Amino acid sequence: MFDTNELVINMGPQHPSTHGVLRVVLRLDGERVIDANVVIGYLHRGIEKLCEYRDWGQIVLITDRMDYIAAASNNLGYCETVEKLMSLEVPPRARYIRTILAELQRIASHCLWLGTHAMDIGAMTVFLYAFRERELILDLFEDYCGARLTYNAMRIGGLPLDIPPRWDAKVRAFCDILDEKVNEYEELLTHNRIWLERTRRVGVISGEEAVAIGLSGPALRGSGVARDIRKDEPYAAYADFEFDVPLGSDGDTYDRYLVRLEEFRQSTRIIRQALDGLPEGPIIGKVPRLIKPPAGETYHAIESPKGELGYFIVSDGKSNVPYRFRVRPPSFCNLQALPRLVKGHLVADVVALIGSIDIVLGEVDR
Amino acid sequence: MLETYLVPLLKIVVLLNAVLVAVTYMVLLERKVIAWVQVRLGPMRVGPHGVLQPIADAIKLLLKEDITPARADRWVFTLAPIVSMVPALIAFAVIPFDSAITLFGYPITMYVADINVGLLYIVATTSISVYGIILAGYASNSKFPLLAGLRASAQLISYEVAITMMLVSLVVMAGTLSMVGIVRAQLEAGMWYVFVQPVAFVILFIGGLAETNRAPFDLPEAEQELTGGFHTEYSGMRFALFFLAEYANMIVVSAVATTLFLGGWLRPFPNVGALAFLDLVPGWIWFLGKTFVFLYVFIWIRATLPRYRYDQLMRLGWKVLIPLAIANLVVTGLLKVLL
Amino acid sequence: MLEAIVFYTLAVFTLGFGVLVITARNTVHSVLFLVANFLCVAVLYVALAAEFLAVIQVLVYAGGIVVLYLFVVMLVNLKAIPEAQLDPARRSRLGFAIAAALLVEVSAILVYAGQRAGPAAPAAVDTPARGNTELVGWLLYTDFLIPFELASVLLLVAMIGAILLARREA
Repeated sequence: MFDTNELVINMGPQHPSTHGVLRVVLRLDGERVIDANVVIGYLHRGIEKLCEYRDWGQIVLITDRMDYIAAASNNLGYCETVEKLMSLEVPPRARYIRTILAELQRIASHCLWLGTHAMDIGAMTVFLYAFRERELILDLFEDYCGARLTYNAMRIGGLPLDIPPRWDAKVRAFCDILDEKVNEYEELLTHNRIWLERTRRVGVISGEEAVAIGLSGPALRGSGVARDIRKDEPYAAYADFEFDVPLGSDGDTYDRYLVRLEEFRQSTRIIRQALDGLPEGPIIGKVPRLIKPPAGETYHAIESPKGELGYFIVSDGKSNVPYRFRVRPPSFCNLQALPRLVKGHLVADVVALIGSIDIVLGEVDR
Repeated sequence: MLETYLVPLLKIVVLLNAVLVAVTYMVLLERKVIAWVQVRLGPMRVGPHGVLQPIADAIKLLLKEDITPARADRWVFTLAPIVSMVPALIAFAVIPFDSAITLFGYPITMYVADINVGLLYIVATTSISVYGIILAGYASNSKFPLLAGLRASAQLISYEVAITMMLVSLVVMAGTLSMVGIVRAQLEAGMWYVFVQPVAFVILFIGGLAETNRAPFDLPEAEQELTGGFHTEYSGMRFALFFLAEYANMIVVSAVATTLFLGGWLRPFPNVGALAFLDLVPGWIWFLGKTFVFLYVFIWIRATLPRYRYDQLMRLGWKVLIPLAIANLVVTGLLKVLL
Repeated sequence: MLEAIVFYTLAVFTLGFGVLVITARNTVHSVLFLVANFLCVAVLYVALAAEFLAVIQVLVYAGGIVVLYLFVVMLVNLKAIPEAQLDPARRSRLGFAIAAALLVEVSAILVYAGQRAGPAAPAAVDTPARGNTELVGWLLYTDFLIPFELASVLLLVAMIGAILLARREA
């Protein structure tokens, strides 16, 4: 009887909840979202082109700046890709320490995710609790390599630094603290009726659709698809460790939340096993002074906290800079699911869904 | 002659000043309590442990540039925060802090007025404060604050219905609409009404949270909300007045809850003679203590819980609280008749 | 003496706001003056010792019904329909005639009522200790029960009608 028009509103790029400079143009029918158009590029810094003018060792520094929440994971992916291209052997001690660093990054990234996601939905205290734990990790990294956010922590062939004295005791102490705190987060959120109402059946995506769109990481596993590169194509030292990969069933925001929460626990499990079995030995393999991979191309992916982080590198064998440096960022691919997820939901859910996919704009835009 | 006019006037002056100071310090209390919950310290610099922070905030807000949107309705724009604040202040007129104390030989009642429709008066003032939000949204001359304002006021009106229905069952219990009368009824009954009417207490608490736009019902004013809320265009003292009005409303709701359910100025267990030594503490201190407990719980809840989406909020009000209030009324009525 | 001052001040304000309701240019201002009018009337009720009626006037009329008026006015104004200007040519002679007829009628009623003996003092005088609320309650549920029930049914019908109208064709 009454005529209602569609409303087009713009969210971002400056917005407290878009986790960076993301712009989402929403088409609304009253309060329901009909369509969302995601506009990215506000943080584009030309990283891929930039890397064509940096030599292989310098690029490690630049990869830090992509997913700046979990910088060491980016380092790891890049170094392993070049090592694959050059068929370099990384000594076991380095592989174990790399695993520890990567898992610490997973915890740090999930801490940030939990804090911002909970804050977007209104539980502002969890933000501060999660950041308290993230600070502990940043302190551990500062101990290790002197930096808190962009570590440059790995080198092609291994690591530049061995772990400082008593670092493993500190990491173990941290793991104990974290296991306790994760229980605290669960108490605050997991069975909270308001949290359940805000996250259950919000943003449901089926397993097949998730695979079709190209989701990866916890967003994919929340829909029940058991794909984790650490298990399927082990890298670093993951083959030596026992851990579970949590899976969701309904593919809604709540399942993605539960998956990431369980990943906290599995990460501490891996770290403890790595510390227990840490072998002695060199921390960097036999690497030529001037790194010049042979001509060829390769793709290698790791399971970063956000999903499948892949590097496709082409070397022409002659210059000491890559010919083509291409990143497959998990956040970019996961973000494609946003229009599909928000359709039919209310405006207040858009914010929850952006948080649920867990993106970092540095990676999306590069 | 002098007593009829001078004493109430003095009471009003004292009360208004006390309330305004309390409201300003509520700001500090909230910041401190939320900070402590979040493993922080809160304001610490201005004055010892940040005690002078509200004064610094007040000075800052008074000195801010007074911006009025270009084509906004100037009269309504200025009127809206006033309409928000004044009903909260005048509601205090009927709240009894104590029965009577003797000051310089004169017995003075610790309430400004004991009207025999006190409870309805408070509900009436709450319904006037809804105008503040609507007018704020309208006066900003912009689509989004207007819609946000209308939504916020729809929320307020819905929960008002639930609260009013719940208050009726209280009136059935106490037999009077006067606030002082209700406290006296609790004294006669020998126990606080919270034990006799727990459901009504819960409804008042949840409704009170919603009425004052506090978490978890604060979506209309949350920063994550796209439209920025009904007070987007406000700055400086007018903005401050909205927030002070919110705190004043909180204090009113806490005071009303104390009066209706926690026995007002009565000490705990008023009928147990063995605890008569508690009477050494004057009634108004009991009253203030209980009100403070409520305020603390309000702040605690804000720090802990996520917030409801608007449709879930409205569903809670209409589909859960109102049927509950009606059921409570029916049961109370039945029991009152049968017993 | 004091009552006279209070009454005349309130009367001036009430009438003044009433006039402003119809002469205000902006619809929202008009509604706000209506609220002010109702508040003054509520104070008049208090002066007449009908405090229950005063509070209900504020609660229901000013705080509920006029809020709904305001909602509608604001939502309709959104479409920026230019407000019809009252130009003198539109004031029809019919309008004046009707207004004059009403004036005559009201004056006739007042004069007639003044000439008749006042009605018997209401039952309230016998039991002065009863408050307003109780009296109104008793009357509503005994003497005026049927009109009360009919009014509630009417409200129910209005609510159902509103829900039906607002429902979308899903």
